Amino acid sequence: MFGKGIIKGLGITLRHTAATFIDDMARVPSRYTNAIETPQGKLLRQPPDSKGLFTIQYPEEKRELPENFRYIPMLLYDEKTGKDRCTACGICAKVCPPQCIWIVRDMNEQGKPIPRPSEFYIDASICMSCGFCAEFCPFDAIKMNHDYEMATYDRFPGLVFDKEELSVPTSYYASLYPSAWAAEEAARAAKAAKKAARGKKGGGAGGARRKAAPAKRTAAPARKADAPASSKAEAAPPQDESKAPPDASSPAPGGSQS
Amino acid sequence: MTESVVTTSSLPFADAVPGAVLDADQWGIIVNPDKLVELAQYLRDHEGFDYLSSLTAVDYLGFKDRTADDRFEIVYHLFDTKKGGDGIVLKVRLPESKPEVDSLVKVYPGADLQEREAYDLYGIKFKGHPRLRRILLWEGFHGHPMRKDWKEPYYEAEHKPYKSRWPVGHYQWAEDRVPWGDNINYPKGFDPDAFEPAPLPMPIIHEPPEGSDHIHTERIVVNMGPQHPSTHGVFRMIVALDGETIVGLEPEVGYLHRNHEKLGERNTWLGNIPFTDRLDYLSSMSNNFGYVLAVEKLLGDKGKPPERAEYLRVIMAEFTRIVNHMWAIGFLLNDLGAFFTPALYAIEERELILDLFEAAAGSRMMCNYMRFGGVVRDVDEDWLRKARDIVFNRLDRKVDEFDEYLTGNEILMARCVGVGLLSAEDAIALSACGPMLRASGVPYDLRRARPYSIYDRFEFDVVTDDGCDVYARYKVRLGEIRQSIRILKQALDQIPEGPIMNGKPAYVTRVQKGEAYGAVEGPKGELGFYVVSDGSDNPWRYHVRAPSYINLNTLEHMTIGYKVADSVVILGAIDIVLGETDR
Ligand code: SF4
Ligand code: SF4
Repeated sequence: MFGKGIIKGLGITLRHTAATFIDDMARVPSRYTNAIETPQGKLLRQPPDSKGLFTIQYPEEKRELPENFRYIPMLLYDEKTGKDRCTACGICAKVCPPQCIWIVRDMNEQGKPIPRPSEFYIDASICMSCGFCAEFCPFDAIKMNHDYEMATYDRFPGLVFDKEELSVPTSYYASLYPSAWAAEEAARAAKAAKKAARGKKGGGAGGARRKAAPAKRTAAPARKADAPASSKAEAAPPQDESKAPPDASSPAPGGSQS
Repeated sequence: MTESVVTTSSLPFADAVPGAVLDADQWGIIVNPDKLVELAQYLRDHEGFDYLSSLTAVDYLGFKDRTADDRFEIVYHLFDTKKGGDGIVLKVRLPESKPEVDSLVKVYPGADLQEREAYDLYGIKFKGHPRLRRILLWEGFHGHPMRKDWKEPYYEAEHKPYKSRWPVGHYQWAEDRVPWGDNINYPKGFDPDAFEPAPLPMPIIHEPPEGSDHIHTERIVVNMGPQHPSTHGVFRMIVALDGETIVGLEPEVGYLHRNHEKLGERNTWLGNIPFTDRLDYLSSMSNNFGYVLAVEKLLGDKGKPPERAEYLRVIMAEFTRIVNHMWAIGFLLNDLGAFFTPALYAIEERELILDLFEAAAGSRMMCNYMRFGGVVRDVDEDWLRKARDIVFNRLDRKVDEFDEYLTGNEILMARCVGVGLLSAEDAIALSACGPMLRASGVPYDLRRARPYSIYDRFEFDVVTDDGCDVYARYKVRLGEIRQSIRILKQALDQIPEGPIMNGKPAYVTRVQKGEAYGAVEGPKGELGFYVVSDGSDNPWRYHVRAPSYINLNTLEHMTIGYKVADSVVILGAIDIVLGETDR
């Protein structure tokens, strides 16, 4: 029959509209009535059993992100000690495909490298959010952020994040990545326990080796945090001071990239 | 897998075409440039290698054991669409002084666009090619950028990682480093103000036949695109029209060209994986898959992924196919004038699938999920439950809905049946691939013809249709969604527990010297990666056999004789993505 296709097509539209409406009405709280307020428990991610279309009222609402979501990286520092986890090993800078990470490794007065960065930049306009840096950092010092709202008026320097802008406390990371955080903490604790046990048993040799290479590859964040806190605090007070205030005042998610 | 040419004391095909084969090794047959066409003809007519899949060039400047006399190498990958199986690799070596070889367009018309690309990027002259012009770059471009001695404006070093980033990595803005104006290479004596672009050669305009009894109508040339909603991106069709009938068509691409392959040579092996996401950005999982397969061939046992990773790869690749085909069908309706409502309904399920990708890989479209020897992250039980939920409860319903409302829809049929005809012979000759080829009745699917990964374990049919038209392409896509669901059901049932990575993840990939061609049946067709390694941390050559690009070979052939409105639908049914076409 001529025109049947059109009627059928309109029927589909009607059906979808009805499905969306009915599905929404069946939910408590409803998504689309009083849509601008975001009541507790409102769905922010489409469940596989939903019918019809699912819309998010951005920017009033934001989609719920999975833990593994990745966007421009962030640098972690330990909240208790104020220390950066990063040891300026350079792996992230080497693995970064568009080469948008720039690191200056710190030096002491004798010109010897110290395992911490004095400058750390990520050019967010070049970063492709691939996540390689977070994947291959051996110290869990760089992780992918979830904050995707970073529009600025200028690309340079607005989108070139320096160390201060990139730094977030470990608690922020823990809130974004609860299960990864738990796994990493467990692994770290296990490693520390193993090391402690070995240190007691091994006696002179093990201790000497550790002394000989105090701050090389073995300088895992956990150790950095507990044992040499006093000496490190002496070595780098100016840097920590300059960084501490902004970090302490804005531990909120995303505050680092405003 | 592909390069299974046996080295015998007597050279292959020595009797058939005397003097054609100069040498042969595990990676291919070295052919005498003067006899290339003759040998290709013989291989096509007598040995069954009817399909020229990939044609590309390699610059061996500075490569070990290579001199100026054999600086360039043209590599042809030929396959048999009837028997399937491993193909054959022909190579022609050309000197720096005279990079010229006979064009294969007469034997394999599908060589057309690929030869133009090699000409554009390498400056290889293909004698006898009917329109040997630049294709990805503009006519005024200076130099051939894929040559090893060509440097890009922000050139820093031959290979990444760059030394300036660490340990003294004071940030420098590239634009400061190279002030504006100095970052363009002009030929000597070139005055940009006086530059006149060469007039577009328009062999497509023929004079109207003299003395025919048709009404004399004027022929006009219309540019469809680059900004046009029907072109799915920045793509331009130069159409010559007689009234409303198309008499000639010329695809113009390259607006999104960023020389992906040169980037690939600068990058490390690993660094290329996220770049492949940006090729066909609708199906990044497939792109990852093709690339890691190619490199894993060079890695040998080190690169063999564990079982669970194989399953995850297949699951992701089939989800990608579903997403892509739904998108293609939705947008075909767009091209027919049903603006965006069908497209919206078509991508309803896509959202859920992308949520799965996001949960597993971290990103909805730029997945970057696969690694050499495995995948980056495991999925948990919750993920699998959701995936099963979608596959077993939702997708079938969706396809049925499509089928019910679209397959018999009178508007769809009126616009698509008998439009854009492409016979099986032409499809093969023009190197069409994927649903294009299968909708012309050629049951050629790499998952069956050259099974990779674990596809040999699953039950599924290769969907074909003899309609040879747009409608057939639509039906093939719909059928492929059903088959993908079938594969997914099996894979999600069988997926074993276990590791997801062979060995420890490492950021430096030790790749042995050699070359490999790895291809997957991507949603758009054969997506191949041809990689050459000199044993270092970066690829020597990284070539993408892009289905979206090569399928454009068929466009002119399919549109001539149809109305201008049909060209939109015909293009839509090829299903191109410009990120991949332009690379
Ligand atoms: S890889 Fe980690 S520790 Fe090494 S420089 Fe990068 S962020 Fe710092
Ligand atoms: S996410 Fe990728 S591109 Fe961005 S800084 Fe990390 S490695 Fe570089």
